[in-house]
Amino acid sequence: MFAREEDVLEAAAGWRRQGRGVALATVVETWGSAPRPVGSHLAIDEAGNFLGSVSGGCVEGAVVAEAAQVIADGAPRLLEFGVADETAWQVGLSCGGRIAVYVEKVA
Amino acid sequence: MELAVLEALNAERAARRASILVTELTSGRQRLVTPSGIAGDPLAEVLGEALRSGRSRLVEAGNQRLFLTVQVPSPRLVITGAVHISQALAPMASMAGLDVTVIDPRTAFATSERFPGVDLRAEWPDVVLPRIGLDPFTAVAALTHDPKIDDPALTEALAAGCFYVGALGSRKTHGARLERLAARGVSREALATIHAPIGLDIGAASPAEIAVSVLAEIIGELRRRPAMRGQAA
Repeated sequence: MFAREEDVLEAAAGWRRQGRGVALATVVETWGSAPRPVGSHLAIDEAGNFLGSVSGGCVEGAVVAEAAQVIADGAPRLLEFGVADETAWQVGLSCGGRIAVYVEKVA
Repeated sequence: MELAVLEALNAERAARRASILVTELTSGRQRLVTPSGIAGDPLAEVLGEALRSGRSRLVEAGNQRLFLTVQVPSPRLVITGAVHISQALAPMASMAGLDVTVIDPRTAFATSERFPGVDLRAEWPDVVLPRIGLDPFTAVAALTHDPKIDDPALTEALAAGCFYVGALGSRKTHGARLERLAARGVSREALATIHAPIGLDIGAASPAEIAVSVLAEIIGELRRRPAMRGQAA
């Protein structure tokens, strides 16, 4: 299903009300060319289902993986992604920009 | 984020009210600020500016890094005319993030069979528009070719400061329309803001192509307006 930004926040609340573990990821900062604007959301549940996007599909996998940790321990995290770099993250942005993504648990 | 905070944020948006979620990035502490609460907030100045810009962003306050999720009402599109172009425009606009309402008092046109899943009002614009409440976050496209239906909607749209007002029809049709609207008391400055002939000039021929050109023109206005820009769609 195609999701609008508000659908993502509604889905996050809906999933939580169903009793699922839920995390919400938000693009909080971008540098240079970035695929999604500041304020874009990705909602993730404990099973790894997700809705929305924080990039053009480049870093969602890593955010979903980190979200599982956030759901498990409840501590928010600030993730940064830049150009693909083996020494940092396994994933990166092909567009050459950098983004910061805040991942928090919906409690 | 507490579920209650997320639900409050969703409720403000559903009611077409602006709000700002303030998140302290280190502690994760959050609070939801509504426009009436800004004056009494320690971050009044920053929050006021953020609300005016309509943009979510990161700010530094003291030694804190804060993220402001700025939520302004979702853009809406009100279309007069349950016509062929509208059948293409309504779903396209909805996918682009606009809340769509189609108004046409002609019940032969305004059928749910022709507009599945669309908020459809088989009523006269002057009856239904006051109920909908046009605002600066609303676009209005007049597509009936019928002055009895389009003119009241255009008049209302211009008075409400809608971010986009467009009207279908040739230059000649539009010339006659401007005279009628002027006679209704609409100012020359307001009339000059109507997009007519409607849509970007891409040589659109079919109803669906015209819908693309209208939607593109609406998005252009939406994103070029400072208060609407930066809103994630």
